[in-house]
Amino acid sequence: MERRTLIKTFAASLLASAVLAGPAMAEGTIKIGASAPKTGPLAGGAAVTYWPAVQLWVNDVNERGGIDVGGEKMKVELIEYDDRTSNEEAIKNIQRMATVDKVDFIIPPYGTGINLATAPLIAKYGYPHIAVTAVADGIEGFTERWPNSFWTLGTSEAMASSLVDVLTKMREAGQINEKVAVVNVADAFGIELANTGKPKLKEAGFDIVYETSYPLQQQDFAPIISGAKDAGPDTFIAFSYPGDTFGLTKQATITDLPVKAYYVGVATAFPAFAQANGAAANGVMGVGGVNAASEAYQDFAKREVEVTGVAPDYWASPVQYASLEVLEQAITKAGSLDKAAVIEALGSETFETIMGEWKFEDNIIKKFWTVGQWQDGVFHGIASTGVGGEFEPIVKSGWN
Amino acid sequence: MSLMNEKEQRIAAIALMLFGAAAMIPFADDGYYLSLCVNIVMYAVLCTAWTLFSGPTHYISLATAAFFGIGTYSVGLGIDTLPFPLLVAIAAVASGVLAGLVGVATLRLSGVYFVIFTLGLAELVRQVVTWLQVKFLGSVGLYVFTDMTEKHIFWMLLALAAVVYITGWLVNRSRLGFALRIIGNDETVARHVGIDVARAKVILFMISGAFIGITGAILAPRFAYVEPPSAFNPVISFQVVIMALLGGTGRLWAPLLGVIPFTILFDRISASFPNHTSLLIGVAFMAIVYFLPRGVMGLIDDFRARHAKSRHAAAGVPEAAE
Repeated sequence: MERRTLIKTFAASLLASAVLAGPAMAEGTIKIGASAPKTGPLAGGAAVTYWPAVQLWVNDVNERGGIDVGGEKMKVELIEYDDRTSNEEAIKNIQRMATVDKVDFIIPPYGTGINLATAPLIAKYGYPHIAVTAVADGIEGFTERWPNSFWTLGTSEAMASSLVDVLTKMREAGQINEKVAVVNVADAFGIELANTGKPKLKEAGFDIVYETSYPLQQQDFAPIISGAKDAGPDTFIAFSYPGDTFGLTKQATITDLPVKAYYVGVATAFPAFAQANGAAANGVMGVGGVNAASEAYQDFAKREVEVTGVAPDYWASPVQYASLEVLEQAITKAGSLDKAAVIEALGSETFETIMGEWKFEDNIIKKFWTVGQWQDGVFHGIASTGVGGEFEPIVKSGWN
Repeated sequence: MSLMNEKEQRIAAIALMLFGAAAMIPFADDGYYLSLCVNIVMYAVLCTAWTLFSGPTHYISLATAAFFGIGTYSVGLGIDTLPFPLLVAIAAVASGVLAGLVGVATLRLSGVYFVIFTLGLAELVRQVVTWLQVKFLGSVGLYVFTDMTEKHIFWMLLALAAVVYITGWLVNRSRLGFALRIIGNDETVARHVGIDVARAKVILFMISGAFIGITGAILAPRFAYVEPPSAFNPVISFQVVIMALLGGTGRLWAPLLGVIPFTILFDRISASFPNHTSLLIGVAFMAIVYFLPRGVMGLIDDFRARHAKSRHAAAGVPEAAE
């Protein structure tokens, strides 16, 4: 008997708290919904790139007194959901935000797959979809399919060809020879980069002396690094994901891989990369980058640590923040919360962001960072598609 | 001589009404509640298909993600060239065949060995698919762009649910179902009375796998972008086992008792406490396992038994006489 009472009490209290905990509404606020992973495989990345930028932006806007909508200052109320890195959850969350919470705007999810899975719904409800952490080739097709969608982080095609340009310049300057080792993770982004990168390398006169791919979640990188070492290249390129970016670099340090240019993929731009590798990080190149020397970025980084306690990365974090600045300015320029008017403003106006001036061309930001490099504890952008402010690449000299 | 006795006819009529009512849901709401219902029906089909095999045999299979992914990929690979219904059929055949091969190879394993093998299977299939795609297609993501919306997917899943229930009912009253119940109770006895144990298990595993594959195929258009991590998501395998066991596996409709309340409960938790979802779901699981060791079905059985007893008592039947 006692047990049953206990169950009932437990169930009732759980349900009651679940039902009562709905957010309180205030007049004159803009409701903005965000759904992204707080748990699951992508939660680690979202905890660095997505959530802190969102929190900082909401904090900043409200500190300023709100967003100017046709002369009236309206504060932002954030409604957040965890999509558990699952498409089903993400779809349900978007539906909930659109039809139950009736939010004014949606901050799109984190990750390429989930952004694409939710894009049809976001389009159906007419919200602007400013995607950040979604990098895939074929973006032009998406903007045709979903004219409400805007893409900000770039294409894998440009990221790979930009890297080849950097290396070509280094070779012409006599800093490296023509031998390269190329490895990639057998997953979406790694494959796209390798598919573009390898032919470009050959075209540019490089000699691929070692190449291999490895499955996602590989743990042991000793065979790859020693295989590359035996081939004797000056350049090592890994189109990798976070786990292998760290694993390969650790192994390269242990093996003392004698290369003059060393490139790894996603997560090289994370502050944790420098923390984990210490002096060995110096000279490591990676995908992404930002104008880290700029006042705007440094101010953003400082405030994000102050407000959220999390240091931003040197790639997508500032872009995530910039995408929200763009949303804010588009609302102000539209002068109303009308979604169609905001989409119209997004597509036609020019915006001032921490990433510099942004103007969407056919719904795509065409000037973006492609390659960065750790130089004296900071990940500086060394190549872009015309952003400006690039640092000169340095030669990798040793691992300690 | 009739196909169904009176009780079965009554159940069939109720089921028909419930399905009819459920089919009306998209007209009432095509937003959040419809999406929630899509998730519920999806897990209802997966859990019931899982229970078809695992209920009577007591073999815990974690291969759901493998069949689901095969189904999703069948659609992803063929959507540009073949009509959707044909792709669903291909998905059923492909996952059924996979289940058959796996069944022949592994159903001699039992207990924890079978569980571990099926978990590995999902990962194996995922890696093979990735490798094939890299080798022959040059990319890993596939786009599935169709005109289907949530309501179409909901109706298709609902129809599939009906087929799964009918199949389950037919299996239960067939020789195969009887054989499986004996296998589940004591495999040695089953063998001794002349049941072809391996054949029975493989057939049912194939049926169960095919239904899971069809579910994956139907859901592919919902995801728009098919890639191995989402198609072969191991979380699906675990969630199916957990929900089915919470509902109970003794009867065909018992998993539903797990799926509906727990999908809604978890949804409420994740909506109200986005930052503590895992913690609260974990606590809820522990509480459920502790208080409902035999699932919701067990609770209902207990209640019925007590109810019957008190009726007896009221009628003045001495308890000792039972």
